[in-house]
Amino acid sequence: MVLMTLDHRYNQLHSLRAGLSVVVYPLQLAVEIPGDVTAWFRESLSTRRQLQEENASLRTQLLMLKAQSQKLQSLEVENIRLRELLDSSFEVGEKVLVAELMVANLDPYKHQVVINKGELDRVYPGQPLLDAEGVMGQVVHVGPYSSTAVLITDTSHAIPVRINRNGIRTIALGSGTINRLDLPYLSNNADVVPGDLLVTSGLGGRFPPGYPVAVVEAVQHDPGRTFARIIAKPTARLDSSSEVLLVWPGETPVAESDVSVQTDDTPAVESGVAEESVETPDNDSAAPVESHPAEATP
Amino acid sequence: MLAPHHGSGVIAGTFLIALLLTIMPMPDWMRYIRPDWVGLVLIYWCLALPERVGVGTGWVTGLLVDLLTGTLLGQHAMALAVVAYLTLKFHQRVRLFPVWQQALTVLVLLVLHQLLALWVSRFIGRPAPPWYYWAPSVTSMLLWPVIYLFLRTLRRGFRIS
Repeated sequence: MVLMTLDHRYNQLHSLRAGLSVVVYPLQLAVEIPGDVTAWFRESLSTRRQLQEENASLRTQLLMLKAQSQKLQSLEVENIRLRELLDSSFEVGEKVLVAELMVANLDPYKHQVVINKGELDRVYPGQPLLDAEGVMGQVVHVGPYSSTAVLITDTSHAIPVRINRNGIRTIALGSGTINRLDLPYLSNNADVVPGDLLVTSGLGGRFPPGYPVAVVEAVQHDPGRTFARIIAKPTARLDSSSEVLLVWPGETPVAESDVSVQTDDTPAVESGVAEESVETPDNDSAAPVESHPAEATP
Repeated sequence: MLAPHHGSGVIAGTFLIALLLTIMPMPDWMRYIRPDWVGLVLIYWCLALPERVGVGTGWVTGLLVDLLTGTLLGQHAMALAVVAYLTLKFHQRVRLFPVWQQALTVLVLLVLHQLLALWVSRFIGRPAPPWYYWAPSVTSMLLWPVIYLFLRTLRRGFRIS
């Protein structure tokens, strides 16, 4: 047993864990049932009026997002053109897949979640996980049907970030509290103010650059210390999202975006049905729209 | 007479339910005081049927707990195996205790379970948890009389021995 524990430190047991995760998968599915049943009841008992209201609000939301993404596309094209002028390579958009969080509660002292996609969907350890508002975390264990991801607020997690306003690079550490990140490596005179947006810097090669991570909440300058005490609040809704995006950073679905024709595809992509996983490479019309869920938020 | 393996399904069923309760979604504040269901069930069966449920059962269910809760493989397996061993060691004495005294014994065993799990997690560099880390042991102790009565009724109902 002790041997097993030690063995695990050197990551020899990934395959064993993957195999055994199939055994416990039925249990994880079983705890989904009560929630599913209540959701089903709520859905089938909700009145026509409620549905209409919801439909209307979703319509307005969709319209706004469409308008935003239109502007985004023109900017994106312009950006690509300018970068071509500068002769630098730039990838727009990544291949993404929608996954659903499973409700199973894990160890309350580790910030981990289980998602319903696994090796069969080509999920790999270290893969970034996003939600509509920002970076959530990364995958750590992959089983055939499900995988475990660690959130950016877990104490064992660190993510390279950059301040969006001025490009200062640093590292954000998880604090163990679900709505807080620590930035311990910025010197006392660094230009950081509350409200600054932190985005992934792409250094380290694990997270794709440019996704929002957190917003600086408080900066405390202590003259007695070399580094400032800075805390930030993750933009992703780490404790309430139920649908997440898995990203394949290296794989670009489209080289250039020209979406004005295919915008009617967007509702299908945004419909939120997580079971219909949207794989983008063969469906390049949907890609630019959905690969920028993060940038669409102000 | 009944076959020697009579009732194994019932025992496995209680462990299965305990595992389900371990990962059952709960409101946030309840997650921190969630009783150690698997530990309670394991201690009961070790007391009641020491010749059938023991260290091996503890180890296997502990491994399942590790898989389900995403902890290091072997962490709960080791801790629950130790708990099962100690329960077996003292089962003749503990069986005769009145139920409140049994509850205190259960508290000690489950604190030991948590302590071993904590040692392992500190060893791999996790930070120290807050004081309410120990709350599950206390809630489990308070639940012990209920679990005890329930499982005993179950055991007598199915005539498992």
